[in-house]
Amino acid sequence: MIGKGIRKVDSESILSGQPIYTDDLVFHKDVLIIKLLRSPHAFARIKNINIDRAKKVEGIVEIYTYKDVPQVRYSESGESYPDPTPYDRMLLEPIVRYVGDEVAIIVGEDEVAVEKAMKLVKVEYEVLEPVLDLIKAEGHSSIIHPEDDIFCPFDFGFNGKKNIVSRFKLGKGDVEEEFKNCDLVIERTYHTQAQAHCMMETHRAYSYIDANGRIVVISSNQSAYHMRRQTAKAIGLPVSKLRFIKPRIGGGFGGKNVALAEPYVAFVTWKTKRPSKLIYTRKETFAASTSRHEMKFDVKIGSDLEGNIKAIDINSINNTGAYGANGTVVTMEAAQNVLPVYNKVPAIRYRGKTVYTNIVSAGPLRGYGATQGTFITDTAINELSSKLGIEPVEIKLNNTIRKGAEGGILKNPIKSLNVEKCIERGKELIGWDEKYPNKEINSTKVRAVGMSIAIHGSGIANIDSATVIVQMVEDGTYILLTGSSDLGTGSDTVLAQITAESLNTNMDRITVYSGDTDACPYDTGAYASCTTYLTGNAIVRACAELKDKILKIAEAKLNIPALFLELKEDRVCHKEDESIYVFLSILGQESVLGPDSEVLMANATFGMPESPRPFIAGFVEIELDKSTGEVKVINYVAVVDCGTVINPNLARIQVEGGITQGIGLALYEDVKYSDSGRLLTDSFIQYNVPSKKDIGDIIVEFQPDYEPTGPFGAKSIGEVVIHTPPPAIANAVYNAVGVYIRDLPITSEKVYMAMKESKDNKD
Amino acid sequence: MVTIKEYIAPKTIEEAYELLIARKNNLILGGCGFIKIGSRNINTAIDLCNLSLDYIVENEEEILIGADTTLRQLEINNIIKNHCGGAISQGVSYIVGVQFRNMARVGASVFSRYGFSDLLPSLLVLDAKVRLYKGGVMDLKDFLEKKYEKDILLEVILPKKDGIAVYDCLRKSSGDLPIINGAMFKGNNCEYVIAIGSRPQRAKLAEKSMEALEYGASIDKVADMVVDELHFGTNMRGSREYREEMCKVLIKRMHDKVGGYHDR
Amino acid sequence: MKVTLTINNSNRTLDVRPDEFLLDTLRRLGYLSVQRGCDTSSCGLCAIWVDDEIVLSCTYLTVRATGKSITTLEGVRDEAKKFTDFLADEGAEQCGYCAPGFIMTVLAMEKELINPSEEEICHYLNGNLCRCTGYKGQIRAVKKYLESKVARGEGRWLQ
Repeated sequence: MIGKGIRKVDSESILSGQPIYTDDLVFHKDVLIIKLLRSPHAFARIKNINIDRAKKVEGIVEIYTYKDVPQVRYSESGESYPDPTPYDRMLLEPIVRYVGDEVAIIVGEDEVAVEKAMKLVKVEYEVLEPVLDLIKAEGHSSIIHPEDDIFCPFDFGFNGKKNIVSRFKLGKGDVEEEFKNCDLVIERTYHTQAQAHCMMETHRAYSYIDANGRIVVISSNQSAYHMRRQTAKAIGLPVSKLRFIKPRIGGGFGGKNVALAEPYVAFVTWKTKRPSKLIYTRKETFAASTSRHEMKFDVKIGSDLEGNIKAIDINSINNTGAYGANGTVVTMEAAQNVLPVYNKVPAIRYRGKTVYTNIVSAGPLRGYGATQGTFITDTAINELSSKLGIEPVEIKLNNTIRKGAEGGILKNPIKSLNVEKCIERGKELIGWDEKYPNKEINSTKVRAVGMSIAIHGSGIANIDSATVIVQMVEDGTYILLTGSSDLGTGSDTVLAQITAESLNTNMDRITVYSGDTDACPYDTGAYASCTTYLTGNAIVRACAELKDKILKIAEAKLNIPALFLELKEDRVCHKEDESIYVFLSILGQESVLGPDSEVLMANATFGMPESPRPFIAGFVEIELDKSTGEVKVINYVAVVDCGTVINPNLARIQVEGGITQGIGLALYEDVKYSDSGRLLTDSFIQYNVPSKKDIGDIIVEFQPDYEPTGPFGAKSIGEVVIHTPPPAIANAVYNAVGVYIRDLPITSEKVYMAMKESKDNKD
Repeated sequence: MVTIKEYIAPKTIEEAYELLIARKNNLILGGCGFIKIGSRNINTAIDLCNLSLDYIVENEEEILIGADTTLRQLEINNIIKNHCGGAISQGVSYIVGVQFRNMARVGASVFSRYGFSDLLPSLLVLDAKVRLYKGGVMDLKDFLEKKYEKDILLEVILPKKDGIAVYDCLRKSSGDLPIINGAMFKGNNCEYVIAIGSRPQRAKLAEKSMEALEYGASIDKVADMVVDELHFGTNMRGSREYREEMCKVLIKRMHDKVGGYHDR
Repeated sequence: MKVTLTINNSNRTLDVRPDEFLLDTLRRLGYLSVQRGCDTSSCGLCAIWVDDEIVLSCTYLTVRATGKSITTLEGVRDEAKKFTDFLADEGAEQCGYCAPGFIMTVLAMEKELINPSEEEICHYLNGNLCRCTGYKGQIRAVKKYLESKVARGEGRWLQ
């Protein structure tokens, strides 16, 4: 079952348009409609709210303002306890911190009534001066979170009075000393934008009260357990009062590992004792959910003339927007999931800070800081290689670690890593030697190649934990119960494959049920590229135990020692004489019969002590129009070491999807704010997601290195695949026309203006 | 959110017009592609579907395009595709997706005079006229300059011309609105018509520049002239400076495509 | 307002508001394959056929569909399966939220274009956004599907 391109277990339902997503599952005819009135100001205090006229609208059931909700601070971020996040938000507060912040909860029988009432709520604001620039945040006269009741589960450097969420340091060696020994030192500043997730299904949640008086929340989320914990906190109920269910979801990319709609529906249902639902519009999803963290970096890097890098020094500012959420860890991962591959470098220093500003709160988005960190580290190294006249491929091969590396900034020894093979194959597939650095096509068009490498993690070491139950059903098939969340990536399928392989059976005999806190044991959820590695390992453990139990039962049944028995697809048989066997369906039936019954099941937990590194080499060929600055991707080659490839089809789509999202980040997805802090790129008209005609060819190859700690040798793939397009494309632009664009996205205007400036400087 | 009190599909144009002017917030429905952008309260929404305005026909002198014709029809209709090299079909083919073009109507698209229109530059260089119910027949270029007045656009009239027209644009991504766009017509007697749109203001003819081109000015000079003649501005998609530079590029590219290099 | 229309071959007479859009009407009636991705006619998720033409139900006023025949994925499941099997074999459905609109557009394309090139396929399908797959698997599936029809000598691909 491992290494087979098996169809997704939910494929047929998805492709025949079955009702499987959150809003399809609303079965209460009397479901209340919720909409949130949002702030038009980036920073303001609510002086007065008048809901009298709005409440009179026919069909309005209730309107809640900050006076009516628990004044409890929570974090919307889906992270394991103790979350590295300030508990800095409330359902509603008398202060609003970005254009889109929640002001009132409007509840009615139908959408028309709610929309009508929304216009009639009169709010008087005292408008405050917003902080809109991440550079100016620290020590700004406007304090975004002046409150004294913000709880930080542990000390990560929070200083609310200075608009500082966290500070972080990482490093080894003496950077200052090493720079003295360098022949060449360059210093550069880079900026990366607040990319939007643009999952196709917007945020949404639906809740109702069940037979036992508990609140059931069905929502489009990535981590049922975390969403439940944060929601419980927000509305002041114990976790045990809530059940969270994740049905099929229409994409997440990190954005749905944030409790946005969930606390509101749970609150309304608890207060009104009626079912309710809240569906974000696309505009709200852009302007009032979360985005990638905008970051600014100062990078200093030095080497000798042969390209041996001696020191890397990075200073970062991370803009978390109005609420702290994931800011702290994103600042950390911009180093921790990037720099380890350069552990060979004698001195590394990374200093990062996370700041509050009055823009849309940032949150987790595929790559989670490492995408930003890879862009700036890889580009700085490429710039260094350009100055040295050394090919970027060489400098990467020369300065990266190999399998077996340990110490320095590596938390654990590297047990698998296929750097050379990935880079070599990438070079071949793109035709690097023939195409580097560029080829003129005609008087205006030039084709050029560029490259980048990246690593990531496979879950979060010492924090993530997954438990699974594998159980034999009465008919002799198996069911896997897991709290993990398939976002559409096919993780349920991959986990079924791991189960089937572990139990030596086929896919038809495996059922997966996931993402339900009442029925499935605890799982961290789908983020940090953890599911295959983390939950997969728990499955391997549980299946080993279950297999032993089955063989033991069969031993009694067949009167043959378990040692001589083998678990097969649908039976247990004698290893040497297959005519001696018992069907699993018999064992299944008997497992629930009478005094000797014992359901055949096993559970196992995997709490990961280390997080293995997947690796990718990305090579791009672009065509650049020198007359306009337009950049088109012609070919993108991605060679990936994700350990054993469990399902090559799904892995390939992960790579293609990640590369495409990375191309969007690199070239198209611009984020614009008005002077007063309103997000202007808040629709698919104004925000450019790459479409079919925008991405060129994507050539994917796997060069797996067996990861000894992974399930059947697997590591992660979900996030590492988004890292390389921005630096590879920036490198190709340089190889085409001699300018580096250090501010994403690389728009035609920036390329054109940089070319013009470089020409003016030469003249 | 959009609210509509009443929907009417009148049987006659007179009736449609009477309804239109009866109240300020009565309006004619186009393809409705952008109807949900922003919030609006419509009293009476008037649908022209019963007025037989869905046609593309030609006679000796003209091609007539009914207001209720979809942009998709402009894209695939052979009369339009073969008219002066197919600039109109080419221009509209860039607009969002096929589903959108199946809904968007020529009448609404022209009447709305969007700055980003991919249709207007081609129509302008092909000397299009519009027939309005009240305003009568007028040149499109005059219509675009005219103050907004309630009226019903019944059809677009394209006079038969001999020559070739091209459409060109610059976009950030294939599904985006243009950073800048334009069209150029070259007649069989080397007469030129040039229009530039998405400046970001709506498309406009560069009349002085095209005249200069006809009198033999070099294309480099003419490109500079167009920038002087037309006004450019800054928006999310591009700065004024970049647009001005790109305008020159478009002019030269289009000049090449219409075979302008044969002139010398 | 009362409107009479046909949905997946069954005649329906409904009471609708003049500002109701087909997407809402269809979902209200239980045709839940039709999904909403935006309100700006940009994403293609809600694509359905009205009189065999592919349109966006999110901005199509229901009253305008009076007398017309509407088709959603629920109405063409058997026909669609011939194509979607190829999507499944590529693993290119992923989250699947964009799948119904995409499938309806592919089936519309098939009726309209003869022997399309990859470029023509991409152009026709460019209005269908997808954030998961990177499109390549979708395009592979479309091409394999069209090739399979040629191999079987079916439809308009036999020239």
